[in-house]
Amino acid sequence: MAAPLLEVRDLVVEFPGRRGTLRALDKVSLDIAPGEVLGMVGESGAGKSMTGAAIIGLLEPPGRIAGGSISLGGQRIDNLSRRQMQRIRGKRIGAIFQDPLTTLNPLYTVGDQLAETMRTHLDIDAAEARRRAVGWLEAVGIPAAADRVTAYPHQFSGGMRQRVVIALALCAEPELVVADEPTTALDVSVQAQVIALLRRLTREKGTSVMLITHDMGVIAETADRVAVMYAGRVAEIGPVKSVVKAAAHPYSAGLMASIPPLSHRVDRLPQIDGAMPRLNAIPQGCAYNPRCPHVFDRCRVERPELLPAVETRAACWLFDSHAPRERAHV
Amino acid sequence: MSEAKALEAPIFEARDLSRHFDVSKPALQRLLSREGRRTLRAVDGVSFAIPRGTTFSLVGESGCGKSTVARLAVGLYPPSGGAALFEGQDLAEARKSVAQRRRMGMIFQDPYASLNPRWRVSDIVAEPLRAFGIAEGAAALREKAGALLRQVGLSPADGGRYPHEFSGGQRQRISIARALSSNPDFLVCDEPTSALDVSVQAQILNLMKGLQRDLGLTYLFISHNLAVVRQVSDRVGVMYLGRIVEAAPAETLFTTPRHPYTRALMEAIPDLDMAGRERQPVAGEVPSPIDPPSGCTFNPRCPLANGRCRAERPALIPARGTPQTLVACHAVEEGRDGFEGRAAA
Repeated sequence: MAAPLLEVRDLVVEFPGRRGTLRALDKVSLDIAPGEVLGMVGESGAGKSMTGAAIIGLLEPPGRIAGGSISLGGQRIDNLSRRQMQRIRGKRIGAIFQDPLTTLNPLYTVGDQLAETMRTHLDIDAAEARRRAVGWLEAVGIPAAADRVTAYPHQFSGGMRQRVVIALALCAEPELVVADEPTTALDVSVQAQVIALLRRLTREKGTSVMLITHDMGVIAETADRVAVMYAGRVAEIGPVKSVVKAAAHPYSAGLMASIPPLSHRVDRLPQIDGAMPRLNAIPQGCAYNPRCPHVFDRCRVERPELLPAVETRAACWLFDSHAPRERAHV
Repeated sequence: MSEAKALEAPIFEARDLSRHFDVSKPALQRLLSREGRRTLRAVDGVSFAIPRGTTFSLVGESGCGKSTVARLAVGLYPPSGGAALFEGQDLAEARKSVAQRRRMGMIFQDPYASLNPRWRVSDIVAEPLRAFGIAEGAAALREKAGALLRQVGLSPADGGRYPHEFSGGQRQRISIARALSSNPDFLVCDEPTSALDVSVQAQILNLMKGLQRDLGLTYLFISHNLAVVRQVSDRVGVMYLGRIVEAAPAETLFTTPRHPYTRALMEAIPDLDMAGRERQPVAGEVPSPIDPPSGCTFNPRCPLANGRCRAERPALIPARGTPQTLVACHAVEEGRDGFEGRAAA
């Protein structure tokens, strides 16, 4: 594998509060290769959006990075000043959020917003920026782009707005795009269009994507690899087919099984009993141990690191090759 | 199902049910800009019947009117046209009697908004008992609430806590317990699992199925998620811009969808089995229900649309080839949807 574009190592994000500090991300490690799409899945509160926010340097205060590192193309970006980070955001890392209305400025035309982004980050003049803005609107499939470039965000429909946001995220030709639930606010029939567009454009430009979503269907179609998050930790990471079809970690396996299939009816859906623990009540050892059907003594005491599992890497003691006897009773 | 039961009247029936909303600008503004009144036809002539003990689902994208139907079905809105019938009796009439009113209930989408944060869970669950005069006295109410909580997989001791102490899935269990407290026959469930994570969604769907089996409940189930609808439904209606465009037994609908919109919708949904497959997205977006297209409202997005589709509104009639399916589509009626060819292949 080529040297990774993005390297996250043992990332810790904490929220200091009156009743003590909450640890929202606990030693998250992952890589994204150039041109790769990494899917981030997990239940709400698992830390997938938090990971994205930490990477683009937009953690909500009082949240802060309390440990570990984030590197982009070999350069540390987690310890940069606000001003330095502003130059990276937009230029080297683009962001797409769930709600296009909050991403776009309602007081500027979409053309102005595209041109401003490009002029901030690229060495081009106003006429060139305007020309490229029209080109980008065409590229994302806005009909009559030359006329629509002077329209305001409210004059577009939801799906068209999200297309503009994609153009905005990609127009400065970043190396990485962090897309946080880019299709969740859209109708199913429009979701497919937007995902297809994002996939096509990033493939053409060789852009890496971190795709954060709770929709496993979108991940299965779009991602190359998937990271499954649980209680602020990466539970499993691996190629998309392996995680979807043959997940090693009992949580990922349970999560995949609980998705209702469209292709047939099942009498009873497999379910994971209980709920994900709150940040102030994460159990000792493996965070999943109270809900895990394969739990044994070690899981309640010692936290598992990501270990090589069958086709993926899973944070689960079942895959500790130094203690093979423990697997016998599974 | 036995002969006698099959002949029994449906527990709920919508007959040409409509609900329009006046979305006009204020009178002075209308006068100044010389605009007329504007009407949003949220539900525009919808008909279906739900036999006792079964689940009828309405599925569609946002703005298709499915939640408005849910509200009409429990009497939260009066209809603008047509009728909602509860056991053959007009719903508004039925709701005048406490004995009838307690027999219908609703489960809402957002368990964070539908539970009063200042009330203890046992009070929330027991409120319908008190309101309908089913049980009286603190001890009896508490005991009944405890039993209901146990029925939905919580502990009677949870009754002393407040909603914020529970997770989303547990809160939805509380709203189900509340809906069950008046011992209803008919429950309207408006996107009951949309706000929940997928592993929790499975818990709630299993619970709802179990309760239906044990208590003989009838559900009107509203969802935008086709996979969920397939798991729970006996019969499904697909809505588009305020109308039902296709209605069929669940298995028939999912194995042989007929309306071009239903087929496009199923094609558009990413499925786990489709990893790496290119899908054909539906073109365009849902038009505004204030000014819907003439004729068949799907015609601007439909690959099969012709002059007739743009002019004439299609009726919901048995489909050529699959007569147990009702479909509102000229192309299906005329046999130009390629169904015979697909069926032969």
